[in-house]
Amino acid sequence: MLSIKDLFVEVEGMEILKGINLVVKPGEIHAIMGPNGSGKSTLANVLAGKEEYTVTHGEVTYLGEDLLDMAPEERAQKGLFLSFQYPVEIPGVPMVNFLKTAVNEHRRSRGEKELTAGEFLKFMRTKMEMVDMHAQLTNRSVNEGFSGGEKKKNEIFQMALLEPRLAILDETDSGLDIDALKTVAHGVNALRNSGNATIVVTHYQRLLDYIVPDHVHVLYGGKIVKSAGKELAFELEEKGYDWIKKENGE
Amino acid sequence: MTDQDKILSEVTQGDYKYGFFSDIETEIIDRGLNEAVIRTISEKKDEPDFMLEFRLDAFRRWQKMKMPDWAYLKIPPIDFQGISYYAAPKKKPELRSLDEVDPELLETFNKLGIPLEEQKHLAGVAVDAVLDSVSVKTTFKEVLAEQGIVFCSFSDAVREHPDLVRKYLGQAVPVADNFFAALNSAVFSDGSFCYIPRGVRCPMELSTYFRINSANTGQFERTLIVADDDSYVSYLEGCTAPMRDENQLHAAVVEIIALNRAEVKYSTVQNWYPGDKNGRGGIYNFVTKRGICRGESSKISWTQVETGSAITWKYPSCILIGNHSVGEFNSVAVTNNHQQADTGSKMIHIGKNTKSTIVSKGISAGKSNNSYRGLVKVMPGAENSRNFSQCDSLLLNDTCGAHTFPYIEVGNKSSIVEHEATTSKIGEDQIFYCNQRGIDTEKAISMIVNGYAKEVLNKLPMEFAVEAQKLLQISLEGSVG
Repeated sequence: MLSIKDLFVEVEGMEILKGINLVVKPGEIHAIMGPNGSGKSTLANVLAGKEEYTVTHGEVTYLGEDLLDMAPEERAQKGLFLSFQYPVEIPGVPMVNFLKTAVNEHRRSRGEKELTAGEFLKFMRTKMEMVDMHAQLTNRSVNEGFSGGEKKKNEIFQMALLEPRLAILDETDSGLDIDALKTVAHGVNALRNSGNATIVVTHYQRLLDYIVPDHVHVLYGGKIVKSAGKELAFELEEKGYDWIKKENGE
Repeated sequence: MTDQDKILSEVTQGDYKYGFFSDIETEIIDRGLNEAVIRTISEKKDEPDFMLEFRLDAFRRWQKMKMPDWAYLKIPPIDFQGISYYAAPKKKPELRSLDEVDPELLETFNKLGIPLEEQKHLAGVAVDAVLDSVSVKTTFKEVLAEQGIVFCSFSDAVREHPDLVRKYLGQAVPVADNFFAALNSAVFSDGSFCYIPRGVRCPMELSTYFRINSANTGQFERTLIVADDDSYVSYLEGCTAPMRDENQLHAAVVEIIALNRAEVKYSTVQNWYPGDKNGRGGIYNFVTKRGICRGESSKISWTQVETGSAITWKYPSCILIGNHSVGEFNSVAVTNNHQQADTGSKMIHIGKNTKSTIVSKGISAGKSNNSYRGLVKVMPGAENSRNFSQCDSLLLNDTCGAHTFPYIEVGNKSSIVEHEATTSKIGEDQIFYCNQRGIDTEKAISMIVNGYAKEVLNKLPMEFAVEAQKLLQISLEGSVG
């Protein structure tokens, strides 16, 4: 589904990613862990197509196509979803309008008929239950006045509506209390099937109690320095990142 | 340049494609302005003496006045003697069918959702006998006449209702109110007159009728609306269909008078030619709009969507004389390329328990400058008065400007005046967030802009609101389609 080969990325002249290799297959959950500043969020944003990141070397293939060649909205329409670490507020734009536009843009790109307002509302209600989203939130402006936890739930809610092939969850657990974390994890698990894949970018092992990964990678200094099964997450939780740093010459 | 900036500059630098010219010969008098010219204008229009005196009085005062320079505008020198002040009503070229009309113009009409018959009229197509706009007008007139409503051109009003005109003309905007109002008072060509009698609720928005009428709006337009006790009228001026005019200088005056418990809703969509993307050409629009809430519990509300003109100088105002009277101003002003707008409102509280609200939403793109200028003045006798002002600016890039100049004077202790202001820029993060949900940059911008302007658009009459929303999109998307 996704294949990253020797990816180098710069931000404002600074090299952040220094040769990433990663292969994600349908049905898999990958966790990317690592200390602050290791490049986790950069990787998530580059895949989504954020402007200020410059790819200096390497290639990324997504569903057999060159991902780096696609505009951000095209990537989204082809099923790549990013759950933002800091979801932005858009005052004046009601959630419902925003979501309906997003869903219909996806449908249009696939040559499907756009949903009418009534059809969309029905569709939306089924998904709201899944992530325990309050009706009043969808009447507000996009993320405006949402608590930290509500914003994260809202990301998963959007994911439920857009039904992505590849979801990248960037620090989705940060700022969540344990109940919200469970709800979010429940949403992610409920959306899981053999045809889609998830990349969970996280700091802590905590989220991985609920979203169990098939593979865990440690990103450090712009490179994946260790890959293993889910047991690696426990090891990191127990020992911290210091031993990784030592192993890599610090 | 980031992608967002690229798209922004592409969509905001589109040329104004939608104006139209007419090559018709008109009866024009010689350039220049003096008493003789004013007498000629009055004579050609066959006006009664009081009108001539009104004009001459205005002209004499105007001669002693200077063009105001306090606005945040760069106004090129205007040669007032280089203008011809009278042209016979212009005729558009008669086309046989819509097929002969510039397809691009038709596309704009369709985008704006303008009905077919009106399209024909606006584009200058001869309409067929059955659906003739003249007969539509006649029908309107009959319905209005049944209720005693007078709604006609200003010239007709001067002839047919001289007493009403004489009684109310210049009440809200005195002849020497300001440089441009004085000029208008001296030379105004035509305009509209509306009188709603006591206790009458005007049964329709005075819209379609007026829009048909306004296809030939003049350079110096004069509008007078009088709402007698306990009456109501909603009045729409202008047109979302773009207007091109060879006359660069426009100085209109609109006066509204609301008597006891009367309510007047005045909505404007202004889309004059803004000049090309390098700032050449375009209309200079110096407008004086003022309403007097003369009677107790009367109400006047101004709602405007301004997307056109190279220069806009316009401050629709309310003088709240009657106790418990209410003034409202709701505005969306878009400036793009090299457009300049200095616009806002004045609310003068004189009566007790008077209330006013100002909601101003500026949207700046290109290299334009967009200023809000407002005065809220509460006189000592206006006890327990309230004002709330909200002035928001939205910037689409780093090369445009937004400015706010609020003036507040409160003359007593029982009144409350509130002012809120925000400035925001459409953030790259907001655009990226939309992109990541599959929404392209142009749609994202239009969604954000419409969300921002919604509060004001909602105040427009339904049919107009839909057109205005599309107009905002077109103004910022430029040459899409």
